[in-house]
Parts: sequence; structure tokens; C-alpha cells
Amino acid sequence: MIEVKNLIKVYGSNTDKVLELIEKGMSNEEIKNKTKHVVGVRDVSFTVEKGESFVIMGLSGSGKSTLLRCINRLIKASSGEILIDGQNIITMSGKDLEEIRQHRMAMVFQRFALLPHRTILDNVGYGLEIQGVDKRKRLDKVLEVIEMVGLKGWENSYPENLSGGMQQRVGIARALATDPDILLMDEPFSALDPLIRQDMQDELLDIQNKLQKTIIFITHDLDEALKVGDRIALMKDGCIVQMGQPEDILLSPATEYVARFVENVNRSLALTASSVMVRPRYVVHPKDGPRTALNFMEKHGLSTLFVLDRLGKLKGYIKAEDASDIASQGIKDLGGIIQTDMPTAGPDSPLAGLLEVMAYTKVPIAVVDENNKLQGALVRGSVIAGLAGGRGEMNNG
Amino acid sequence: MDSIPRIPLGEWTDNFITYLQINFGSGTQAFSDGLESLIKGLQGFLISLPPELVIIVVAILAWWLAGKKIALFTVLGLFFIYNLGLWSVTMETIAMVISAVLFCMIIGVPLGILGAKNNTAHRIIMPILDFMQTLPAFVYLLPAIPFFGLGVVPGVITTIIFAMPPVIRLTDLGLKQVPEELIELGKSFGSTFFQMLLKIELPLARSTILAGINQCIMLSLSMVVIASMIGAKGLGGVVWRAIQTLKMGMGFEAGVAIVIIAIILDRITQNLGKSK
Repeated sequence: MIEVKNLIKVYGSNTDKVLELIEKGMSNEEIKNKTKHVVGVRDVSFTVEKGESFVIMGLSGSGKSTLLRCINRLIKASSGEILIDGQNIITMSGKDLEEIRQHRMAMVFQRFALLPHRTILDNVGYGLEIQGVDKRKRLDKVLEVIEMVGLKGWENSYPENLSGGMQQRVGIARALATDPDILLMDEPFSALDPLIRQDMQDELLDIQNKLQKTIIFITHDLDEALKVGDRIALMKDGCIVQMGQPEDILLSPATEYVARFVENVNRSLALTASSVMVRPRYVVHPKDGPRTALNFMEKHGLSTLFVLDRLGKLKGYIKAEDASDIASQGIKDLGGIIQTDMPTAGPDSPLAGLLEVMAYTKVPIAVVDENNKLQGALVRGSVIAGLAGGRGEMNNG
Repeated sequence: MDSIPRIPLGEWTDNFITYLQINFGSGTQAFSDGLESLIKGLQGFLISLPPELVIIVVAILAWWLAGKKIALFTVLGLFFIYNLGLWSVTMETIAMVISAVLFCMIIGVPLGILGAKNNTAHRIIMPILDFMQTLPAFVYLLPAIPFFGLGVVPGVITTIIFAMPPVIRLTDLGLKQVPEELIELGKSFGSTFFQMLLKIELPLARSTILAGINQCIMLSLSMVVIASMIGAKGLGGVVWRAIQTLKMGMGFEAGVAIVIIAIILDRITQNLGKSK
């Protein structure tokens, strides 16, 4: 677990004075004009749980890279605490710091930071080599992680012979080779082409599913943040302006700044079925009979209706024409016309995956929980409203 | 302006050197003896080798590092020197160059590292280097005599002073040019100071440092020739004797031999940094 408490980083020689001014509430701009000191990170606090992917997002100059570098003390913070399982990074001895850097955390860099004079094998083995693991012992582990990132066969190549995406795979393999619990990723995919970037994001998620590392991930790309992050912190001028789950950031931006930031995002990546579904007001039970069902449909202009059992579990849906058929035949029970081949989704299903389903089906998508109880329905209107930035609360069913 | 008395810089220097001589004379004598046996030993060794063997070995080295043409030039050039009867004086010169360059590397690379790592050290070292490089060589050729007498030792020592600056400068530069992200990489994986140096910084600065060593070799060669004025012998000795006796032909032959050696050394060491 990583706890960051009231972290401040001031660049310059007289930090004490600037810390006082920050205490007094002077803005970064005023401090810069008055003292020529730059405030990189300003009173930031957050906690990252074990196994969580925490994304720090912001534009360049927002202090996100500085914050990341404070965590492994590549940059020494001016004030505050950074606790890794209770040990304070800022005050620990150089020896302890080396130990933690060797065994507990590893970093992935924006421009890959591969050593050009070493083969892929030796680049990936760098961390183990620093730990003093001898060559024969590190080989197994190195080959294992190289295979994990899909670079088998490239062991003896040099970085210059690899494409950008492959180079970053080496960077990730190198970070995984020492089995750290914490991965610090500094805009790892920003230097890659968009398509390759998406592949790498997917692969990172796969790896994360398998290994459950604690990840702190820096990016300036909101789409990436929404995809990768369990939680997101949005930074501006050294402060965290909003922190929360992807949906919180999207649906309830805390400030004007955040709102502007999320304006152009691909919302389908962050929105889940439950955030855009509508409450299914009109449902029938099998015993209700075709007349009641037809009444409902006629009244509300629907062509289908969900059918639930007594416990609220979804049984399927019926079509208007089938209902009028059996009504004319005098059948009282709907059981014979219930259609069960219908699209369903869980409350947490990402909207991105459901859009295609919606395009090809005329029935609303039913959102059901793990017990198959109906929670809501996805209809086109509400989904489009959600994608457009509204709250997805339209009355329809 | 004239009201200020003349500043006696010359006297001060004389006094300082006399002081050093009295207080450190015995130390420099021991050092001088050690250095002399090293250089003389190397000279004796090179001269004792059959010239054919030396030519073949150097030619192979040239082929490997600089290609066919330079290898051919090496064979012809060295044979020409042998043919002129300048072989043993050439070996003397080479031995002096090797000794001087060795010392330049042993002292220069660590100083360059110090300069790159420590700003204060950098601010002290750099002006001294400027001073060493711009002060006319003759000016410190003379003070070397009272400490080390006449002969190869003062010659090699002045050569070291003259040729060391590029090694220090380019080591310093090479280390500073290592990309910041690779330094961060090293630190973020918990590398110690020496691991950083040996596994990241020096390998990446390698070609720059070798460029410094190449310059050092060329400067050493030019200086051991000048150092013949204080008795360093070798090819420079032949030139010096030719000047004193006005034997222009003899001077020209030795001069051509120096040029040949310079080209061979330059081409071979220039390519050290480029090969993997």
C-alpha cells in the first residue's frame, strides 16, 4: 500500500520560505513571481491500495511526473510523507532506498530508456543484475518475462532493431523481471502510435489481471486513464483537482477545469451499463395474460416487453404481434410466446462493448445482476444521451 | 599605470620551484626512477621484438579496426621507416607515447568522472585544463629539468601534462551526455554509484572517451618530439640533432617517419569508438 500525505515539492534553494507561503495560501503564480521558486507538487495526498491501478492524469506542467518521481525519490520531496507499507521513502537512508528500489518498485519510462549497448536479454535482466543475481539464475526469470510480453525470439537483438512498441515491451519486461509489487509507469504509451498504444493498454490490463501489481500510471490522455485506471486523480498546477473512479470523473466533474477536460473523451470506455440504463417501468409476469401486455404496449408505444417471474428474475421478452396472436386464440398464459434469446449485460459491463450489440438488435438490452434479476434496460435514447454527456436518465422502457 | 611596481611573477615562480625542489626533490627522484625504468623497459622490449613481427601485428590490428587500406598503409609505412634505419628510434618514440597515454588515462578518466559528478570539482578542473593547454609547452619543459633531470622522464611528464586535458574534458562531456532517462533508469532500479558508472555511464560515454584518448595520443606524439629538446631522444631526437647540425635530409626523413606513425595511430584509434 502506498500512502502519500501532504506532499509538496518546491524547486529552488530556499524551500522553507516557499513552504511558509504555501501554508499562507499564496498561489503558485504569486510564489513564482515573488521568489523565483517553482512549486511542482502542492499538498497532494492519496492512498493506493495493493493491486490497484491508480492513474495520475494532467497536462504537461501539471506536476504529475514530478509526483511520480517523488515516490521512488528520483526527486526528493520538500515536505510531506510517502509511506510504502509504513516506511517513509522521503526520510529513509540511501541504503534502504536502494533496497526498496531494487526489490519493491520498478519504473517504466516514456522514451523506454533501454540501454543501447545491451541485448534485449541483458536489458531485461538489468534489475536482477543490480540485485547481484548471477547470470545463470537470472536467465530463467528473464526468459519468462520476455515470453510474457511476447518478445520470444528477440533475446539477442539490440534495442535499435526493435520498433517503439516492442521497445516498450522490453521496458515492461524489465520492470516485471524483479517481481516488484509496485510499478511506476511514466506515460509509458505516449510515444507510441495510437493503434499500438491501444494494443499495449490491452496487454497491460491482461498482465495486470494475472499479476495484480500496484500500479501508478501517469498519462495526459483521458481515454487511456479511463481504460487503465481503477481510480483516477486529475492534476492541475501541482494539485489534485479531482480523484475518483473513472465514472465519477466523467459524470460529476468537480470543477470547470475537469469538465472541460472530459468534454471530448470517448465516454463509451468509461461508462458502464448501469450508468446509462433506464429503469424498466413496464414489465409483465407470465400470468398477466396477453390482454394486459397489449394494453401496456399500446399505451406506451412499445413493441416488446420484458417478462419477469415472481422474484423479479428475467425470463425473456414478448413481442406485440405474438401477444395479439394468442389473445385472438383465447390463450391466457404468456408462457408459450416468451423469447429467451435476448442480449443481456451486467451492471458493470463497459458500454464500449455493448454499442455494437445495440446496433444489430431491436430489443432493448436487459441489464441483470448476478442472480439474473432485472436492474434496468439499455435503450438507444439513454445510451446516446450518456455518450453525449447527459446523465442517461430518460423515462423509457 | 607606471606608479604600480612591476609584479615579480617570474621571481615568485623561481622561488616556488626552488621551494618544491628542496622539499619534494627526494620524492620526485624516486618517482622519476620508477617512471624511467618503466619507459626504458618498454623501449627495450619494443626494440628487442623482430620488426617483421611488429609490422604484422600492427597491420592485423589496423585491418581489424580500420580496414584494408589502412592495413596496407601500415605495412608500407612501417617498412619504409625500417628501410630508412629509423626503426629503433621509432620504437623509442612509440614507447614514450604509450607510457604517456597510459598515465593520461589512469589520471584523466577518474578526473573526468569527478568533474562530471561534482560541480565544484568541475569548476576547479576546467580552468586548470585551459591553463595546461594554452601555456606554451616550452615554459614547463624547462622547470621539469630540475625535478627530473634530462632524459625521457621529464619528456614523458611534460607530455602527460600536455596531452591529458582532452581525456579529462571528453570523459566529463561523455558522462554528461548520458540521457537523463537512462540515469533515472539506473537509479530507479537501485543501482549503486559504481554500478551506475560501470553499467550505464561509462559504456554510453565510451565513444566520446575514446575520441578523447585518440586526441591524447596525437598530442602525445607531437609533444614527445618537442621533448627531445630536453633529451627525450626517439624520432624527435633525430630531428633535433638534424636542426643543430643543419642536416636537412636527416631531419626530413625523421619528419616523414613521424607523420607515418601519426597517421597509423590516428586511423587505428579513431575507429576504436565506432566498433561494437
